[in-house]
Amino acid sequence: MARVIVVTSGKGGVGKTTSSASFATGLAKRGNKTVVIDFDVGLRNLDLIMGCERRVVYDFVNVLNNEANLKQALIKDKHCDNLFVLPASQTRDKDAFTLEGVGRVLDELKEEFDYIICDSPAGIEKGAIMALYYADEALIITNPEVSSVRDSDRILGILAAKSKRAEEGSDPIKEHLIITRYVPKRVEMGQMLSVEDVQELLSIPLLGVIPESETVLSASNSGVPVIHDEMSLSGQAYSDVVDRFMGEELPLRFLEAEKKGLLKRLFGT
Amino acid sequence: MSLLDYLRRKRKPTANVAKERLQIILAREHASRHEPDYLPVLKRELLEVVGKYVNIDPAAIKVNLERDGDCEILELNIALPETEEEAIAQ
Repeated sequence: MARVIVVTSGKGGVGKTTSSASFATGLAKRGNKTVVIDFDVGLRNLDLIMGCERRVVYDFVNVLNNEANLKQALIKDKHCDNLFVLPASQTRDKDAFTLEGVGRVLDELKEEFDYIICDSPAGIEKGAIMALYYADEALIITNPEVSSVRDSDRILGILAAKSKRAEEGSDPIKEHLIITRYVPKRVEMGQMLSVEDVQELLSIPLLGVIPESETVLSASNSGVPVIHDEMSLSGQAYSDVVDRFMGEELPLRFLEAEKKGLLKRLFGT
Repeated sequence: MSLLDYLRRKRKPTANVAKERLQIILAREHASRHEPDYLPVLKRELLEVVGKYVNIDPAAIKVNLERDGDCEILELNIALPETEEEAIAQ
């Protein structure tokens, strides 16, 4: 049975699209047929992060308006056979979003795919509500920072009140916390909320912690999801996230500041 | 600030402040999650009605909904201006 997973946060710029791209890639690499959908109508960006921006012909809104079918709009990933991208449109036609329309497209995708990843736009407007409405599970992306934690808490409230599962009174959406842009050194100095702090504040199960890393920017620069970079700590952390999601029990990594020796300090890594 | 002070300067730990502030604001927001949707409108309309007769400061009206077991208490608190001059001045 296909699972619909929303990647959401409330606040912008915390790593939703980066996480969606790497999470979807990780699922596909492990043999699951996966599609990742950009719900950010008007501000399409997932295509850039996935490195398929030049192959966009039709988009999600075209499919919703019956101007193209799914086969025409889905873009096959360069690196993984099991992975497809459904890009958002660049026009600001948010009216194309209707619950019926989105539901119809998701139902069609469910016949074909194991996992449907919905990359939510920031905010709590229509696009964000559409992205979470049909979700079975949710990845809450949070930075260890006051506004991000508060917005995540707000989104948790919306998941619990406005989703289809909430309206129908069926089993609630399964929530997972992913803390991104974590800097262990600053946590040790008491300048950044710790994993425990964030977890205590939001009280949902933790799926993983992604350390702040330059490799994330390099990955988006080149349009290759950071999970492909096996040398990158962030890439490894995303890999762990996917393994845990698939049921493996792995200890958390990268929670302690790296002790750099003199040579490393001088020459970098 | 002397150079020595600058070198000695340590950044104050602020994560604990962040956590405390979040604990308080999240608790407050959780409480208001269960407020009925009509509360802000009710507040605005009450303000209009009272404002017809007395000049009041919009910030001087407080609507609170408290839940105590099965019992819900809607508390209305309107601070009227102390003197007539004050009322006219506003």
